[in-house]
Amino acid sequence: MSDQAVTLPASAGAVANRLEASGPRGPKPRHVFSRRNIFLYGTLFVVAVYYLLPLYVMVVTSLKGMPEIRLGNIFSPPLEITFEPWVKAWSTACTGLNCDGLSRGFWNSVRITVPSVLLSIAIASVNGYALANWRFKGADTFFVILIVGAFIPYQIMIYPIVIILREVGLYGSLAGLVIVHSIFGMPILTLLFRNYFSSMPEELFRAARVDGAGFWGIFLRIMAPMSLPIFVVAIILQVTGIWNDFLFGVVYTRPDTYPMTVQLNNIVNSVQGVKEYNVNMAATILTGLVPLIVYFISGKLFVRGIAAGAVKG
Amino acid sequence: MSKSERPNPLFRNLNAKIASIPMILTASVIFVGGTVWTVFYSFTNSKLLPRLNFVGLDQYYRLWATPRWLISIENLLIYGAISLVFSLVIGFLLAALLDQKIRFEDTFRTIFLYPFALSFIVTGLVWQWLLNPDFGIQHVVRDLGWTSFTFDPLYNSSIVIYGISIAALWQGTGLIMCLMLAGLRGIDEDIWKAARVDGIPMWKTYLFIVIPMMRPVFITTLVIIASGIVKVYDLVVAQTSGGPGIASEVPAKYVYDYMFFAQNLGQGFAASTMMLLSVVIVIVPWAYLEFGGKKRV
Repeated sequence: MSDQAVTLPASAGAVANRLEASGPRGPKPRHVFSRRNIFLYGTLFVVAVYYLLPLYVMVVTSLKGMPEIRLGNIFSPPLEITFEPWVKAWSTACTGLNCDGLSRGFWNSVRITVPSVLLSIAIASVNGYALANWRFKGADTFFVILIVGAFIPYQIMIYPIVIILREVGLYGSLAGLVIVHSIFGMPILTLLFRNYFSSMPEELFRAARVDGAGFWGIFLRIMAPMSLPIFVVAIILQVTGIWNDFLFGVVYTRPDTYPMTVQLNNIVNSVQGVKEYNVNMAATILTGLVPLIVYFISGKLFVRGIAAGAVKG
Repeated sequence: MSKSERPNPLFRNLNAKIASIPMILTASVIFVGGTVWTVFYSFTNSKLLPRLNFVGLDQYYRLWATPRWLISIENLLIYGAISLVFSLVIGFLLAALLDQKIRFEDTFRTIFLYPFALSFIVTGLVWQWLLNPDFGIQHVVRDLGWTSFTFDPLYNSSIVIYGISIAALWQGTGLIMCLMLAGLRGIDEDIWKAARVDGIPMWKTYLFIVIPMMRPVFITTLVIIASGIVKVYDLVVAQTSGGPGIASEVPAKYVYDYMFFAQNLGQGFAASTMMLLSVVIVIVPWAYLEFGGKKRV
């Protein structure tokens, strides 16, 4: 049972690989302006426009002044381009009593994301390695619990963690949130690394054993250097996942340590004051920028990451 | 595989055991311990702080008599049905279109998938702006001359959950498309050739040959969508904050609000236990079908 319990995400990962490898298929090439091609590209084009529209509206709105927004049309390009909303969103937008803009949330998110990514990947890679190559009795039981835990709604574990963090004195601190992210990143990352290490040739491991390398030696000198791609996938997965997190941020931090997503929501959905839609949209783009950059740079590796990480929900 | 058969495994694996301490702690203390703790305390009348004052199933009776919870469940069902049906259908159709050996496939895929990189907060706020009746789509269409046009899902309590679903679909269908596309690429080329030789029309090949062959992919996707549905929280918070009134509340938000705002921990625990139960109802039959079936082979 335990061995089979992990076939789902494993197949998702393998399946993503197949995206890249496809032979010739489909009917014979036809004329460029055949009815089939017009229909095909027409549909894809319309859908693509639909998918791009919100991004376009975000950018356009953030570059307009408020008078222009009140009079005009959200789809029309700005008559006068102004970067003031961006500056305001970054440095002076208010959440409650604080008026130092999103920059604070940004730096909080950086201080949360970087250690969380490093810690969770360090733990999970060693873990996956132990599970793949040094299996001990009972290890699989914990692994199955871990994977099942990925499906359980976080809501049921939130409060016990609050109590634990409060007891340790980390509740409300960035360190506490880093621990929480490492815990909830563990199932998917461990799975990712375990599957990757299991697929490496057994002889490699045996040869290193014969040469007298131990647990850490094999990991640090052979396994880790050989599995750079999977580390990159894990980094992509974790950076976007942790940066985009809202629930843990709002539960485990205080207003001055709020990550960017929480602060963004507070800025945009605050009830006091006049709504400045251009500032709101600038703030929204700023928050979405980091994962978007990661996405556009990483390309196919991102697809691999999400195919593996999709179980995270 | 054969590691456990090497001599003296207990001693040799000491390092592995040390390395697995975080996993063991997480699995046993947080995942099992935390879940059991919450379920256990859902039978108490804890208010501000957890107290061991057992009241049996009282919290559950109260939960199912609270209109806000009933609305949350109803919303979750509607949202879930829409997410399942539309993301599967749209995701599959897009994947099928991209699978026609088209040019610019990578470009299209990049466009369809980018919303998935954005957080639910960002997604919710963008769609809140697009669906704003005074400035957004409704305003634009009215300006075009159709003055009676009404499209304000976020301000109409009877359809607000559909407004949220639109944003969720925009964000999530790209992922489903990717999974489906991977599944389609896994279909043997000979199947297509055979179907063509037999003169079976393309749509029939998809419907009666390819889709049944993609059963595992569909099941995986289904589980992924379903576990995402139960967790929906940030999107609602960003887009409507549960409003208008309580019309777009969802269970995850109910749990959070009762635990951290209403200072009614018992209700929060009971509600989160119900969420757990709903996931178990989805996961157990799936695990049984998936792994029970495979074992017999």
